[in-house]
Amino acid sequence: MTQQRVSSDDRRVVVVGGGHAGGTLVGMLRQAGFAGEIVMFGQETELPYHRPPLSKKFIDGDLEQWLRAPEFYREQNISVRLGESIESIDPAARRVYSSSAQATEYDLLVLATGAEPRRLPVPGTDLAGVFTLRTLADARVLRKAVISGSRIAIIGGGYVGLEVAAVARANGVDVTVIEREDRVLARVASTRLSEILAAYHRDRGTKILTGAQVVGLSGDDGHVRGVLLGDGTQVPCDIALVGIGALPRDELAVAAGLACEQGILVDHRARTSDPAIFAIGDVTRRPLTGVDGLQRLESIPSAVEQARQATASIVGAAPAPAEVPWFWSDQFDLKLKIAGVVSAPPGTILRGDPASGRFALFHHVDGKITAVESANSPGEFMAGKKFIAGGERIDPTRLADPAVPLRDTVIK
Amino acid sequence: MPMVTYVLPDGSEHAIDVPCGQTVMDGSVRSNLPGIVAECGGSCSCATCHVYVDPDSQALFDEMTDEERELLEFADGAQADSRLSCQLVVTTECDGVRVTVSAANG
Repeated sequence: MTQQRVSSDDRRVVVVGGGHAGGTLVGMLRQAGFAGEIVMFGQETELPYHRPPLSKKFIDGDLEQWLRAPEFYREQNISVRLGESIESIDPAARRVYSSSAQATEYDLLVLATGAEPRRLPVPGTDLAGVFTLRTLADARVLRKAVISGSRIAIIGGGYVGLEVAAVARANGVDVTVIEREDRVLARVASTRLSEILAAYHRDRGTKILTGAQVVGLSGDDGHVRGVLLGDGTQVPCDIALVGIGALPRDELAVAAGLACEQGILVDHRARTSDPAIFAIGDVTRRPLTGVDGLQRLESIPSAVEQARQATASIVGAAPAPAEVPWFWSDQFDLKLKIAGVVSAPPGTILRGDPASGRFALFHHVDGKITAVESANSPGEFMAGKKFIAGGERIDPTRLADPAVPLRDTVIK
Repeated sequence: MPMVTYVLPDGSEHAIDVPCGQTVMDGSVRSNLPGIVAECGGSCSCATCHVYVDPDSQALFDEMTDEERELLEFADGAQADSRLSCQLVVTTECDGVRVTVSAANG
């Protein structure tokens, strides 16, 4: 029996969390030649999977899209322990303890524990028919519950809520979106994009209530029948989805004494305040080029970027170059792609026609692009991402004219 | 099963059997080759599976959609032979195809 190894490494990396971040990291470690032991703990009983289909395809698409084939982990010599949650960390002894009180020693620990749905602090959320959507198990339950002709109330007009709204509406479900702020996507999109998307949903029969405070859910026989609003009105429904954001699952890190502030604080190499512990993905609060302070980014590209950072740190490779943050969303026939950080920049350039479903909003300061929000415009998105990274100055008038090629909008 | 050869940015070559109906991206991800990141899982959204296809192999694959063409136009390292490997579905005729993985996928 012979065993060949390109190099040897007697370190053991323990990964807590089997989501997109953790699942990506373990593959990247092997790609980078890490030959030590890798143990990944996943609280869910599923292997790492793609999360976007859960909201984008929850009625009629393939929900189960594994990040890697099931045999992958064995072939890559990665030990995966599913359904086993880590309850505590002893940083001094470099050990983690699982739910069975079993200890696992580590040389390096990577926390990829993700985020969990924010709870709605009102009476009635324990009624049957009230759902959240974060995991594959959640999506399977929601898929069964949403039947054509039924009525769904979606509490929270964020990306997940709007994606579910679009799929449900396209399948003949009566949809009402209830948003506390004065516009949908208030936290993540520009006012202009919020307006365009709200109109797009309304034109397809979705009701959107903004500035609406949910004070409770009502039901009969233990099943939800309506959402009660602060102004006394009731939105009747057969099912309700609560999608009001996610909170970082940093309890383990807090208890272990790591620096945390609503998320585990990390640097641009995914390092925490403990030199033997890294953190990646939705659970982190991370630096971002060109933006003051640390940010929480709940996106796959950010998780992948941090997996790359942690891999480089662990194998001692040169740090990966910083990336422009971006994410995507599908709503009806709109493929939305957003890059950069949407704050309230002084200038916005519209290229294309929102009514046609093909447009891009470029946000800029004195001709320097800070963010792009695009729909069915992959060229505008890719160009915008490049402009953000490169700091080129563009001519706003030319950029606003779709007849001018994107390359010719840069001021030389 | 058709064999696809992946030439990585470091110059190394890897011959992989890819089942018909799967994509060139799938074959790389399955074998954990570096270079093809495939953040979006193959939905033509992210442009992190950028490859160059040898000229004599290009006709073996479906033509580019406008979406793929636009994504590639501004992708780092884009060339005339650029493709997104999530859009390259492998058929029996693809046996022996060579693709070069872009160094710019991140």
